Amino acid sequence: MDFKLSREHLLLQEMYREFAEKEVKPLAEELDEEERFPVETVPKLARYGFLGLPFPKEYGGQGGDYLSYAMAIEEISKVCATTGVVLSAHVSLCCAPIYEFGTEEQKKKYLPSLLKGEKLGAFGLTEPNAGTDASMQQTKAVLDGDKYILNGTKIFITNSGYADVYIIIAMTDKSKGTKGISAFIVEKDTPGFTVGKKEKKMGIRGSSTCELIFENCVIPKENLIGKEGQGFGIAMKTLDGGRIGIAAQALGIAEGAIDEAVKYVKERKQFGKRISQFQNTQFQLADMYTKAQAGQMLVYKAACAKQDKEPYGHLAAMAKLYCAEMASDVTRRAVQLLGGYGYTREYPLERMMRDAKITEIYEGTSEVQRMVISGFLKVN
Amino acid sequence: MKIVVCVKQVPDTTEVKLDPVTGTLIRDGVPSIINPDDKAGIEAALRIKDQVGGMVTILSMGPPQADVALREALAMGADEAILLTDRAFAGADTWATSSTIAAALKKLDFDLVIAGRQAIDGDTAQVGPQIAEHLGIPQVSYVEGIEEVTNKKIVLKRQFEDRYHIVEVKYPCLITTLAELNPPRYMSVGGIFDAYREKTVQVWSLDTIKDTIDMANVGLAGSPTKVKKSFTKQAKGAGSKYEVGADEAVNIIMTKLAEKFII
Amino acid sequence: MSKNVFVFAEQRDGEIQKVSFELIGKARELANTLGEKVVAILLGHKVEGQAERLVAYGADEVILVDDKMLAEYVTEPYAKAIAAVIHEFDPEIVLYGATAIGRDLAPRVSARIHTGLTADCTGLAIDPETKNLLMTRPAFGGNIMATIVCPDFRPQMATVRPGVMQSCPMDTKVKGKVTKFTVPFAAEDMNVKIRKVVKAAKKATDITECKILISGGRGIGKADKFEMLKDLADVLGGEISSSRANVDAGWIGKERQVGQTGKTVRPNLYLACGISGAIQHLAGMEGSDLIIAINKNNTAPIFDVADVGIVGDVNVVVPKLTEAIKKYTEEKCAR
Repeated sequence: MDFKLSREHLLLQEMYREFAEKEVKPLAEELDEEERFPVETVPKLARYGFLGLPFPKEYGGQGGDYLSYAMAIEEISKVCATTGVVLSAHVSLCCAPIYEFGTEEQKKKYLPSLLKGEKLGAFGLTEPNAGTDASMQQTKAVLDGDKYILNGTKIFITNSGYADVYIIIAMTDKSKGTKGISAFIVEKDTPGFTVGKKEKKMGIRGSSTCELIFENCVIPKENLIGKEGQGFGIAMKTLDGGRIGIAAQALGIAEGAIDEAVKYVKERKQFGKRISQFQNTQFQLADMYTKAQAGQMLVYKAACAKQDKEPYGHLAAMAKLYCAEMASDVTRRAVQLLGGYGYTREYPLERMMRDAKITEIYEGTSEVQRMVISGFLKVN
Repeated sequence: MKIVVCVKQVPDTTEVKLDPVTGTLIRDGVPSIINPDDKAGIEAALRIKDQVGGMVTILSMGPPQADVALREALAMGADEAILLTDRAFAGADTWATSSTIAAALKKLDFDLVIAGRQAIDGDTAQVGPQIAEHLGIPQVSYVEGIEEVTNKKIVLKRQFEDRYHIVEVKYPCLITTLAELNPPRYMSVGGIFDAYREKTVQVWSLDTIKDTIDMANVGLAGSPTKVKKSFTKQAKGAGSKYEVGADEAVNIIMTKLAEKFII
Repeated sequence: MSKNVFVFAEQRDGEIQKVSFELIGKARELANTLGEKVVAILLGHKVEGQAERLVAYGADEVILVDDKMLAEYVTEPYAKAIAAVIHEFDPEIVLYGATAIGRDLAPRVSARIHTGLTADCTGLAIDPETKNLLMTRPAFGGNIMATIVCPDFRPQMATVRPGVMQSCPMDTKVKGKVTKFTVPFAAEDMNVKIRKVVKAAKKATDITECKILISGGRGIGKADKFEMLKDLADVLGGEISSSRANVDAGWIGKERQVGQTGKTVRPNLYLACGISGAIQHLAGMEGSDLIIAINKNNTAPIFDVADVGIVGDVNVVVPKLTEAIKKYTEEKCAR
């Protein structure tokens, strides 16, 4: 067992921190305030290799491992959870399924521009009547000669409107239930595909979350990923991987909140001494940091397991469950340490607290994670 | 175009704090960084390479731990890196340092040598010009802009307190760069993987440069200047507060300003 | 046998730079201790008229190299001239201003003649026993001081920080010797070609780079009071900065805000005018070398970090201070 990061990982961490501090952090408040997508950050993420991080060079990736990728989301989310999820949705939910389940032609066609960051990716599974119960897909894809015709509506789609390539899950044979679900690659600007209303959210307000509407949207047959009927499995496996990204995002939010709280308590004076000198402050921060460290180990373990091609679904679920609930707890406590200042928008803590909440919800709620974990224990 | 950039790994002096009780420096946990003026030099070299093509070599003299600074330069896009390291180099002043680095440069093929103007832990600004003299090549220091680059010459903006010069110099030559010359690029993710997987840091010892250096110019023994003593500045005492008339207050301030050589 | 304390007299457009007079002032003291002379080296073109000013400020002798190669500063001709002077006159000590010229020239010369050089000195003295020059300088970002000696090589050379040494009062009655010295320049000595000289192009101010900051807080009362602070900054050669309140009020640009959400500054002098000293502000300026605070409220937290605290009205104290400094400098520089 080796709990040490390699020299390569340490240098990556240093680079992520510098990039996050100088390029991402200065925008965080504005993105939240204006509910604005970080359009200017995406090309920078591309330039420095973030958008193709854990994929082989032959497809335009950086040849990195999954731990390096999770660490990148962690460091970026420390300063801006919005930017963290843009990266996570692109890599985990769009590039990963094409790389893992796509044909060689699909990989050659889509991966280079996605991994180099010339194009941005998104993933559409959730529907108004298919949330946690994703099997209730109402979007239909009907084969007509050499093309599929898509009809239906997706909701809460991250990166929508800004993405160029979408992975869309749709029903091809309702009679087969989940075995009748398939996955497709849909490009923006495909006739019949439009982006609908944008959600107004509590947190990660710079990330774009919209409806996708398909009205007789015609896509070539070769855009089917895998075979007909494999879509549900592809979606579930994609979410397994995605959960490592969201766990890393939650972890980053918590660590960012601890950093801000530590800085503040060393400066703020009450009753004639710095509030860091009160034992309540010390113990609160000790608990917060311990939880964050525990979460980090779960995330890193899940990432390493995925990298080593070991079963990791339950590890990803535990990492996400723990980190999401930990991030909500830690950010809430951090706001409390700052008191009234923590509640104001002068400090980033209230934003972090709002941002943390979504990690308990998207890419599988905490309840879904508990289902996955108890399933692993075979207690169902 | 062959460019060699001389860099130094330095403690981030902005992170150094004084122990309020003992008045000594707290060096623990102070991160090591590439000296900022040198980092601008690396960026300048990479931009020249982007523009006219060529090869960027990083040269650093320091302890074995300086390896990470060289990897960082490689991860930014430099082609190769050399670490000059030997116990014999320890204690070198600027004369001995510049003699050693110049000896290494004599073993390399270069058109342009770039050094940062000064290192934040020493602030001397001496090593660059001294290297140029040892090599017998022209120097342009305090470079705040690169106006034009061709395969024959380079046109630079040279900073002074009250003016700047636009100067033209032919290769081979040495320039020293200011941190404000350019915002250095970050390492890239792929660059970091390459720095550890594809590229190497060559380690040179005194033995490697023995035929280009006079042994009398190496390390502490080869240094004309010696540190007689070093001391920390007096820890700040508690200030004084005065409730006096305006004229009296002005006198108090004037006295303090004169004492600190501000006026 | 090496002898005498030499000073490189830096001129730009025929105007001797202030630091050179400061160096002559210090050289005078060192030379007196050694029982030697102060010699100024004046390089330039058509600068002979400046020699007597060097004498008036305390030089016993001026070595003048007048050549059109030296009209505008270029490293090689200047280095060649200084090296030739050193070879000919064998000085004990050579001092240079730690300026963009001195810090380019002195290391080039030190490498050429093989001697030590100590940069950016803030203190110079003669060791009573060895008669060596004791050169004291800050290092490690100003956190430590080191005293350096150069026992085995001559001349002992140092660059000296401008503004640290005191120049002697000018005395135009004193007569000194001017020695003209010729350096055989070759065309190839001009190995860097100057295409253009652009004078005094002032850059946008970066308050983190400023050595002197006059900072205004809510206590200054209204926007136009920054003019009053600007007058004080001008006489001190500093810049103005601000607390957050005035930036939020739109009285001054965000780029001049000191504090947690602004910039962190560590100037030699931070003069806080009407700043109460909220924790967020203190975080951005606590590291300043000398903090002087003027505030009406004698319990203002700014006084906890100030070296000198004045309980009073900034609008009264500041104009008086500006006048006093103006008067002081005029007297100091009077010819």
